Amino acid sequence: MMSDRKEILVALAGQQNAGKSTLFNVLTGARQHVANYPGVTVDKKYGQYSDDQGVVRTVDLPGTYSLTSFSLEERVARDFLLQECPDIVVDVVDGSNLRRSLHLTLQLLEMELPVVLALNMMDVAEGRGLHIDQAALAERLGLPVVRTVGRKGEGRAPLREAIRARASVTEPVRFPVSYGPLEPNIQALTSVIAAAPELTGLPSRWLAIKLLEDDAQAAKLIRERLEANQAEPLLKDAARLSAAFEQNQGLDVVDHMMRYRESTVARLLDGVLTGHEGGRPTLTDRIDRFILNRWAAPVFLVLTVFLIYQIAIVWGYELTTYTWPILAGMRELVAGVLPEAGFLVDPYTRAMGLWLVDSANTLLNYVPIFLILFALIAMLEDSGYMARIAFILDKVLHRFGMHGQSTLPLILGGVFAGGCAVPGVMATKGIPDDRARMATILTVPFMNCLAKIPLYTLLLGIFFVEDKSLMLFYISTMTIIFALLVSKLLTKTVLRGHETSPFVMELPAYHLPTVSSVLRRAFDRTWIYIKKVGTIVVAVAVVVFTLLQFPGIPAERMAGFEQRGVEAVTAFERAMAGNAYQRVVSAENIPPLINYYNDYRRAKLNASGASASRAIDGRFEQRNPEFFPLVSPPRGDTDARKASRTLRKLDSARKTLRREMREQRITNSALGMIGRSMEPATQFAGFDWKINVALLSSFAARESSVATLGVLFQQDEDQNATLEARMGAETKGAGATALLGVSMILFFALYPPCLATTVMIKVQTDSYKWMIFSIIFPTLLGLGVSSAVYSIGLATGASGVTMMSWTYFSALALLLILGLFGGRTKDQRRLGQPASEGMQA
Amino acid sequence: MPKPPKGPSRTLNDMCPGRRARIRRHLGRGAVRQRLMDLGLMPNVDVTLVRCAPLGDPIELKLEATSLTLRRHEARTIEIFDDE
Repeated sequence: MMSDRKEILVALAGQQNAGKSTLFNVLTGARQHVANYPGVTVDKKYGQYSDDQGVVRTVDLPGTYSLTSFSLEERVARDFLLQECPDIVVDVVDGSNLRRSLHLTLQLLEMELPVVLALNMMDVAEGRGLHIDQAALAERLGLPVVRTVGRKGEGRAPLREAIRARASVTEPVRFPVSYGPLEPNIQALTSVIAAAPELTGLPSRWLAIKLLEDDAQAAKLIRERLEANQAEPLLKDAARLSAAFEQNQGLDVVDHMMRYRESTVARLLDGVLTGHEGGRPTLTDRIDRFILNRWAAPVFLVLTVFLIYQIAIVWGYELTTYTWPILAGMRELVAGVLPEAGFLVDPYTRAMGLWLVDSANTLLNYVPIFLILFALIAMLEDSGYMARIAFILDKVLHRFGMHGQSTLPLILGGVFAGGCAVPGVMATKGIPDDRARMATILTVPFMNCLAKIPLYTLLLGIFFVEDKSLMLFYISTMTIIFALLVSKLLTKTVLRGHETSPFVMELPAYHLPTVSSVLRRAFDRTWIYIKKVGTIVVAVAVVVFTLLQFPGIPAERMAGFEQRGVEAVTAFERAMAGNAYQRVVSAENIPPLINYYNDYRRAKLNASGASASRAIDGRFEQRNPEFFPLVSPPRGDTDARKASRTLRKLDSARKTLRREMREQRITNSALGMIGRSMEPATQFAGFDWKINVALLSSFAARESSVATLGVLFQQDEDQNATLEARMGAETKGAGATALLGVSMILFFALYPPCLATTVMIKVQTDSYKWMIFSIIFPTLLGLGVSSAVYSIGLATGASGVTMMSWTYFSALALLLILGLFGGRTKDQRRLGQPASEGMQA
Repeated sequence: MPKPPKGPSRTLNDMCPGRRARIRRHLGRGAVRQRLMDLGLMPNVDVTLVRCAPLGDPIELKLEATSLTLRRHEARTIEIFDDE
């Protein structure tokens, strides 16, 4: 019958919680992609499959209850249906909630779209004793109806067949809804629209209905397509017709249509839908009676948060000790390919290559944690508990400008200790209220991410040995206080004009999550993280590298370093005089020998187990049999042992030199100069240029703040003190006190998000403006708070811990005042207004 | 059982957990009203107030097969018929 292979476009539409995404997976299989709809942050999921007649491209539209122009998702779905003209629209309906679901079906039919109805979740419906006469429903609606159970993968073949069959016939869509007394008005308008050649291709009856409803997007469409002298009379006509109707009937047009649609649905289902759950409480009801119980709910919630933390952060972190050797191995591989290290100065390609690998590894190291986190979240989402979390906590979060669904992003960001702002910001996607979503995005970075912990630990070790537990308590609980206060502040100021939506949400029935859906989402989201964040972080790493390298060490200082290098080599050669291995260590052999020695030691460090260690010995002996006795002296060979000791001494001299050079380079570098130029501003918080540089470099990745401090507060040759001791000695020597520690801790708690997070903020807000805001605002806030605390502390002579307590309890008091008394001034205007257009200009 | 206060116009916000009522009309307009109706809160539909959140707000309603939650702020915009 079919001669040529035909490619068709299929769109999946449906209400939320109808199992649309699951059915999309069933229909398309593994090959799918996620993109954004142009200009908005709504996910566009697409995929494709082939049947015997050709390729079928499929798009998963956002879940919508209806097709008005009030919400972003509905606008996106509607625009897609109008502009892309899909060959088939699969309307996924919840078989256990047919009455409500069919409202959307009727609206799709009004748009003259070729619909195939997928009766999904029929297992749930049948479990409740409902029966649907499929054939009668198909007959009455005039469209193919297929029974599916997405979660069990049932119904793929019949659904694919129905899609192909419906696509191969071109029969006009029937209009099942008649709007009674409104019909003359609709028809009058329809004929005007149908007569305009500029409007061909648009469903004219649907457009007429939308104009009568005073739909903003429909009016916009008319103004775009028609000249003003045609558009304005048409719109005026519609307004007149709808006003006349409202006057005659005493009823709003929208309400009238809703009522007629509802009675159409009732007529459609009369005799089709039989059986009724006789008030018997479902399993979900019984679970909720316990889980949402006033007293049990908080306990269960805390338990869930604790489990997420324990499994993903604690156990996931342990897992990274097993995955780290893989990343270290990759670094070795790259190091092997790059040009050899020099004695004092390495070739730029090597230094930069390793810098890039290190930057990438810092992020990749978190991949196991993210995989577990994302899998757990997918389970929470699929099970239906996520919606309940929002229900439990909405009141508190709403008081401070956020939303019940902000809970998850805050947990991921690390409410108490240990999280990551990147998945936190990613998880804000589901928050339906735009203002609350923006407030959440901008406050998630205040949480205690994993990478802030090392610096806190360092500072506590230096300044607060006695008050460690008290300070730890302050640090781990103050973040949520700050976050709520900041959210309130932003909501009242910069976010005031943002669109808000009511908290009206369905509590879905509990489901057991399926393994494939959980795994798929965990891998998809992790991949997004790697792709989006990884590329930009590597690019910025290059910039930071350059800022740290140039202009480099001044020539006269460099000459001094070289002189000391020569002296070290001379001393080495003198010590080797008369040694049996003197022949091996000729002048030109020294750089390769040093590299060989370091390679060997690194390999031994990374090796686990005796057999792996022996294998490394074998490999290095093979690589250079002459050098091998010097790094691993054979038993009883005194000359070899002596030579090995001398070599170690030379290596340590070289390391000291290189470290000093690195410090010199940073001091002299562009970043160092920036750090110094910031001293006038940061001195009030007690930060000198070294701390400035550390904080600046921590922007690339938080971890590097401690590493940079390590370089700046470096030790002398024979000294082997910990960084705590060195930094403590040096800063305390300069008159610093625990007050400086408090100032740094506060600044770090409020400090701007790391680079990866700002990238994710750009992705989620689709705006560079907000990305820049997310950097500048916390910097000013952090500097302001730190400076105030430091200066007051200096002036009053209060100790660090005292100042910390004061700060903590002032913030807590402010929070309680706002929480208890700040909620009664809600903007009542919002009630009667249609949502304003667009989220940001 | 304590009788709920009888006012001139009772709304969903005035219901007690476990009670059933019939929706009379919406006081809100625009997006909020549309959303509530899309979710099935239409005039002449019977709803049961299942429970309030542990902190008193939002509230959970049951109508036919679905459970819905909404804040008291929105619940105040839906008028119900007085008790039978």
